[in-house]
Amino acid sequence: MWVTVLQRTAILAASLIIASVVVFAVLAVLPGDPARVALGVNATEEAVVRLREQFGLDRPLVVQYADWAGGLLRGDLGTSYVSKSPVGPQVADRLQVTGILVLASMLVALVVALPAGVVMAVRHRRLSGLLLSAVSQVGVAVPAFLAGILLITVFAVRLRWLPANGWTPPAADPVMFLEQLTLPALSLGLVQGAVLTRYVRSAILDVLHEDYLRTARAKGLTAGRALVRHGLRNAAVPVVTVLGLQLATLLIGAVVVERVFVVPGLGSLLLDGVADRDLLVVRDVVMVLVVAVLLVNFLVDLLYVAIDPRLRRAR
Amino acid sequence: MTAALAPAVARGWRRRRNPSLVVGAVLVALVVLTALVSFVWTPHDPTFVEASVRLRGPGSGYWLGTDKFGHDVVSQLMVGARTTLFVGVVAVSVAAVLGVPLGLLAGMAPRWTGELVMRLLDLLLAFPALLLAIMLGAAFGASTLTAMVAIGIATVPSFARITRSGTLQVMSTDYALAARAAGRRPSAVAVRHALPNVASLVIVQASVSFAIAILSEAALSFLGFGTPPPTPSWGRMLQESQELLFVAPRLALFPGIAIALAVLGFNLLGDGLRDRFDPRLEDQR
Repeated sequence: MWVTVLQRTAILAASLIIASVVVFAVLAVLPGDPARVALGVNATEEAVVRLREQFGLDRPLVVQYADWAGGLLRGDLGTSYVSKSPVGPQVADRLQVTGILVLASMLVALVVALPAGVVMAVRHRRLSGLLLSAVSQVGVAVPAFLAGILLITVFAVRLRWLPANGWTPPAADPVMFLEQLTLPALSLGLVQGAVLTRYVRSAILDVLHEDYLRTARAKGLTAGRALVRHGLRNAAVPVVTVLGLQLATLLIGAVVVERVFVVPGLGSLLLDGVADRDLLVVRDVVMVLVVAVLLVNFLVDLLYVAIDPRLRRAR
Repeated sequence: MTAALAPAVARGWRRRRNPSLVVGAVLVALVVLTALVSFVWTPHDPTFVEASVRLRGPGSGYWLGTDKFGHDVVSQLMVGARTTLFVGVVAVSVAAVLGVPLGLLAGMAPRWTGELVMRLLDLLLAFPALLLAIMLGAAFGASTLTAMVAIGIATVPSFARITRSGTLQVMSTDYALAARAAGRRPSAVAVRHALPNVASLVIVQASVSFAIAILSEAALSFLGFGTPPPTPSWGRMLQESQELLFVAPRLALFPGIAIALAVLGFNLLGDGLRDRFDPRLEDQR
């Protein structure tokens, strides 16, 4: 078990280093001069030189990379070329907002997918199972931002039950916070729920044919109890893997949904950074998202081993 | 009576007709046909700005009405189908052209080389299409090209993975062993024996990836990182509709339906092809 953990940690560390080099290379080398990009084509040569000196952009690229990567390790994300304010606190604030949105969406996805997936598997030859299957197939085809627009049309424009957009921190006004969180979390969560449903269904279908389930039935357990006692834990292994991968998808999906609902999360910061040509902010936010995705995958790998004891020795 | 018959009928229909394949193929054909027709005919000029007919409702010479610029929605949807298919074809081609040879290589090469290739490709999973496209857009300026390349590169790992697992299976068969024993080089065995065997897997993956490419393109155009105006695109039609949700929600509905139907079509086609190529799986889904 510990060998596996060490192996995975080494892979994570290597991945983080390579990913940071890629992000740095794409956003610091390819566009040419970040100072020129930040100031725009009409800037004077002196202004560009001054900005370059101010932010150390005239130093060799290796030094700039080491400076940036070292800062990341210390939690210092540098100072924005455009607003001249530190990026770290901004990213921390925005990460909190995106984190809340992603977790709420994950909750919605689970609440939808677990019961629906089990019903679809247990009744997969019946009309109800086939109908649910068809609904989930349509759900998979709807992008989250489209779901968001449709939800706004129905619940904000027509029914006027919920606000169309905006964000209030939970401490400031808990009721408003929940009202504003509902539609973005639903639009991200329902779509992911449709995807997850299909995995839950096939995981349950797989265990339904297993001998141990038949044995449990033979011992006198009802079909439902046999499934809950023996089936769900076995079905959990593939589902947890998908859940982890989906957490990463949700994080990226949040970038778009935040734009739809004007939520001040990481996605908005990233898109504003691109619009303001603030390449450091873009680089930092991209790196934070990449780190989050890699970290989630790493944790899923570990959880995978924890859930299924058979994998501990196999690896 | 009917309750008892329903499962048997459903099973028979699934066995013989493969409804996923039929519905998927019809939807995909519809999108392709619409795109092809748009080359020779659209009801109106899709990019012509006509202020006097802004925000017309359906009917009155405009089947689905007009948008805030006076563009005909039907014509925009038709040309949008072209944009969607173009992005999908290029992105999936990029992914297949890079992913399939890498997968073959990883499947035939010595174990550690294969592992290394796959580990490096795993790293790409940390850069989802959307993030990659935004990053490339920030570096080079957003365009259809950066979107297609980003979606393609982000899809490489899935093609490589599926090709590798197929190749590993073929390489462990007796006929592959016989070919090796007869003195054929590994690369020759891969091309002669592994490639034809993984072709069906790759085709299924291409269909599913196409659906993902359509979703990504729509999201990118919605964010302003995809197809730039004036070229019509379903994602940008949605973006432009958002400010008018209170006035004309139909403007969001039509491109939304177009995206969902196209994605549904390619997903179902992929599922159907998978059942067709591997009938053993049919009972499980």
